[in-house]
Amino acid sequence: MANSDYKTIVKDGLWDNNGVFSMLLGMCPTMAMTTSATNGFGMGLATAVVMAASGLLVAVFRNRITTEVRIPVYILIVAAMVTVVDLGMNAWMHELYKVLGLFIPLIVSNCLPLARLEAFAAKQPPLPAFLDGLFMGLGFTIALTVIGAVREIIGSGTLFADASLLLGPSFKAIELQVLPSSMNVLMMILPPGGFIVTGLLVVGKRLLDLAAGKEIQMAGAHAL
Amino acid sequence: MTTTQTVSEAPAVSQAKMFKHGVILGLFCLGFGLLLAITDAVTIDDIGARAIEDKQNSLSQVLPDELHDNNPVTDTLSLTNAEGKSLTIFRAKKDGKVTGVAYEIFGTGYAGEIKLMMGIDATGKLLGVRVLAHKETPGLGDKIEAKKGPWIERFTGLSLGNPPLERWKVKKDGGDFDQFAGATITPRGVMAAIRGGLEFFAENQSTLTKAD
Repeated sequence: MANSDYKTIVKDGLWDNNGVFSMLLGMCPTMAMTTSATNGFGMGLATAVVMAASGLLVAVFRNRITTEVRIPVYILIVAAMVTVVDLGMNAWMHELYKVLGLFIPLIVSNCLPLARLEAFAAKQPPLPAFLDGLFMGLGFTIALTVIGAVREIIGSGTLFADASLLLGPSFKAIELQVLPSSMNVLMMILPPGGFIVTGLLVVGKRLLDLAAGKEIQMAGAHAL
Repeated sequence: MTTTQTVSEAPAVSQAKMFKHGVILGLFCLGFGLLLAITDAVTIDDIGARAIEDKQNSLSQVLPDELHDNNPVTDTLSLTNAEGKSLTIFRAKKDGKVTGVAYEIFGTGYAGEIKLMMGIDATGKLLGVRVLAHKETPGLGDKIEAKKGPWIERFTGLSLGNPPLERWKVKKDGGDFDQFAGATITPRGVMAAIRGGLEFFAENQSTLTKAD
């Protein structure tokens, strides 16, 4: 594959075809896990690991998987990768697991990995499929972190609270108190806040794309 | 699609095909099943160790270290509570005598069950209560967590007669304990759980504090 194709994979995943802001996929973990920037970041990274690994595996076996049974095989692969991540995190990243553990199984029900396997990994060699999963996952991470940051600042007045639990004690410094607690808007960390912030950020991204003269992609059209 | 045509015209071929797809799917299931079995075998010891550490952490908050020279996590007793639920009692012992016990108590909050760990000394005085798991509203009901506020520490040192039983309620219900602004159901559920836990201790005091 030429370098420009890899560039497209990176740009598509992080911005042009972002899983949350362009395709509006994976809304369940997006709403559930963005009550703080740290939670969104951790959930995004776990999803990225699962997406990269399952993209690689589907691409490796793409000539063995027949069309008729491809969907169950994809689900099987995603579910197996999620379980491996779940067990591994529980054993070796336990502090993080206590924060995210409840939501790791939700990755199976996230349609973003499945959409990328069907649309990309099933037709591509292993390396691009791995990179597509990785960068789609990182794009998902960026989206969740941004939504989480907005909800956290307005809802709790903090930014990156508990980041040291997730990333280690050296990250204590990025835990900020942005607004006094008297100014907290509780609704923002409740479910309605998730929909409102996500909606506004989708609009914001499209305005930026318009300003840059890009053609706006219809939600999901590119994915399936 | 061509497969639908073959179904009507030549069932033998489609059966052979179906068999092939079945074998492919089966092989994938087998392969990934093996992968999961291997992952489980690799992680099972570490996960067990983490679970014990978690228990130790929550126990050390309700059973002070100076109270025991044994390991309460492994020195347990099994009893059935008033609702018929089997409870694991963690015992703190010093010089062979029971100095305190800790067990889980359950309350009904605004959004389902609230699970707490309660520590109580041999005379029935509360050593501490900590929330283990809950689904209460963030920002309102979650003030019952020790890291979100001091409310839960209010109970340390109290017992069934102090304050009197009829005052073991939130202020709104005519009791001694503060509710939170915007959340009455959550503290009410926690109060009921603690009261139940104290009554459980009173009923079973001799069994609980017996040094076997």
